[in-house]
Amino acid sequence: MFYSPVRTNASEAEKNEKLHLFKYVEDPQQKNVETFESRNGYSAWKKVLSSMSAEQVIEEVKSSGLRGRGGAGFPTGLKWSFVPKDSPKARYLCCNADESEPGTCKDRVIMERDPHAIIEGMAIASYAIGCHLMFIYIRGEFGECIRSMERAAQEARDRGHLGKNIYGSGYDLDIIVHSGGGAYICGEERALLNSLEGERGMSRIRPPFPAIEGLYACPTIVNNVESLATVPHIINRGASWYSSMGTEKSSGTKVFSLSGHVNNPGNYEVELGFSLKKLIFDPAYGGGMKDGKQLKGVIPGGASTPFLTPDMIDVNLDYESLASVGSMLGSGAVIVFNEDTCIVWTILKLIHFFRHESCGKCTPCREGTGWLEQVVRRIEMGQGEQGDIEKIEDVCGNIFGRTICPLGDAAVMPIQSAIKHWRDEWQYHIDHGSCKVKSEFSFQ
Amino acid sequence: MMLSEESVKAIKERAGRYPHRKSAILPALTIACRQLGYVDETVYREISKIIRIPMVEVAEAATFYTMFPKAPRGKYLIQVCHNISCALLGADSLIGYLEQKLGITKGETTPDDLFTLISVECLGSCATAPMMQINEDYYENLTRQKVDDILQDLRSKA
Ligand SMILES: Cc1cc2nc3c(=O)[nH]c(=O)nc-3n(C[C@H](O)[C@H](O)[C@H](O)COP(=O)(O)O)c2cc1C
Ligand code: SF4
Ligand code: FES
Repeated sequence: MFYSPVRTNASEAEKNEKLHLFKYVEDPQQKNVETFESRNGYSAWKKVLSSMSAEQVIEEVKSSGLRGRGGAGFPTGLKWSFVPKDSPKARYLCCNADESEPGTCKDRVIMERDPHAIIEGMAIASYAIGCHLMFIYIRGEFGECIRSMERAAQEARDRGHLGKNIYGSGYDLDIIVHSGGGAYICGEERALLNSLEGERGMSRIRPPFPAIEGLYACPTIVNNVESLATVPHIINRGASWYSSMGTEKSSGTKVFSLSGHVNNPGNYEVELGFSLKKLIFDPAYGGGMKDGKQLKGVIPGGASTPFLTPDMIDVNLDYESLASVGSMLGSGAVIVFNEDTCIVWTILKLIHFFRHESCGKCTPCREGTGWLEQVVRRIEMGQGEQGDIEKIEDVCGNIFGRTICPLGDAAVMPIQSAIKHWRDEWQYHIDHGSCKVKSEFSFQ
Repeated sequence: MMLSEESVKAIKERAGRYPHRKSAILPALTIACRQLGYVDETVYREISKIIRIPMVEVAEAATFYTMFPKAPRGKYLIQVCHNISCALLGADSLIGYLEQKLGITKGETTPDDLFTLISVECLGSCATAPMMQINEDYYENLTRQKVDDILQDLRSKA
């Protein structure tokens, strides 16, 4: 069995009463259903089926304050409540395991090492919306996650946690583990549903929202892996336990993927409201800057969120605090850049990505990301012209808010912030035809 | 038939699971690529017969996604992540190192058809950068020494 060698703070989670997602992720037995059961696994699912109505489950999750961990932070219980109660159609739950926002590598750990936690959360969510066939859409490159989830699904069927008349309750539920074909846009929920139907992964115009008309034109809820893996803990320990953690509006814990120029890159589960500075510098987490270099900037929530400069990192990691400094919590992917990083080089990597991943459905995103890449590449190659910065700003302005799905906004937000914070560096590039600092990073 | 009996069986089994058979297109393409290393029109036709949907729908999906090569590649497809977290830890120099070790440039296949080298977007392994995927396996926290060992190991298995 292969596991990602990624670092986690499981040893802290094991001792800390509050941390729950990562408690057992360093134990290779945790993926086995017997071990999972022996640690209270599937007890929330049993509790729900034996003693709770769908409305009660939704109420509990609503009052826990859990917000979606896939990027948008939408309240999970509220989303579930949008599924029409009286619809004669089937309802579906799709767990979003596409994990392709650059910097993000957290869902993978849960899938590889604690797959039953996801299945249990998916089952409870399914019950809450009246779904009898649930899907997990895993990005196709994640071979180990696909095998792990397939294996866990079979174990869950064999042990009667899924199937017909589960625990004698009369409730039927099965799961399909589905793998994607390699496309970032398929993480966007409407593109994901198209892809799951066997179509090209393009977004759809909304409304209708998936909760009304999603997969196979039936009411559908899409939730992130981490959101769903949290649900059993809320059912077991109660909404007020969950909402007592974190901040008033950002309750609970969240896994942050820390990458880039730090000593200890890894995945860390912390309470929301945790200090970004501490995450980067505390020896128990990031352990400070690699090779003793100076910090230049941080992307706090994945490649589509605006940069923070060193004077801004005294900020707490929660939805509101990051918004108040002009950025976003996103998927919780914290990317750390040192002083040797050229900002134009960085933006070229990002815009190349977004151009490549644009599904091409709307003109501003399809054409705009292409132009942006051209101009940024020209500047990076030392052939920038006076006025190029303004050109970039202009194109960004023409994309922002004018696209079908949020990928367009995602592409421009980091660029806009990179120009705002480091305009002199862009100008230097144009004036001198070369970088102010050269990103020459060599591997060991 | 290009698809083996085993692949056909696996595709049929998948198609039977979904409420709508069309959903089995991506899994079918995955199964086909696992067996053949690539897909083309002949394969689209075979898949369309097995899951009983028009061939054009299979082709449409196949051409949208990056994971289904349209022509044969080397026995080992090396995909290096060139996205930001990996780039910060030397992905560009990793690609250069592989080019030098394999004697090819990015996008090419070695003359013995053993290795194809390409670079790709983020593979969800950002905190264990730099990294690469070879066929279905991830190799993370790469160093020069590790790359040497991995290539040597694959050569000896080939
Ligand atoms: C371009 C794009 C990519 C996305 N990628 C992912 C992803 O990989 N995983 C994910 O859970 N959500 C992703 N999302 C967010 C989903 O659209 C959706 O909001 C989320 O899955 C809902 O689950 P949650 O409410 O539990 O967060 C993406 C959104 C966009 C616009
Ligand atoms: S914004 Fe981009 S990715 Fe989203 S629908 Fe439009 S073209 Fe496609
Ligand atoms: S940036 Fe390379 S795996 Fe994410």
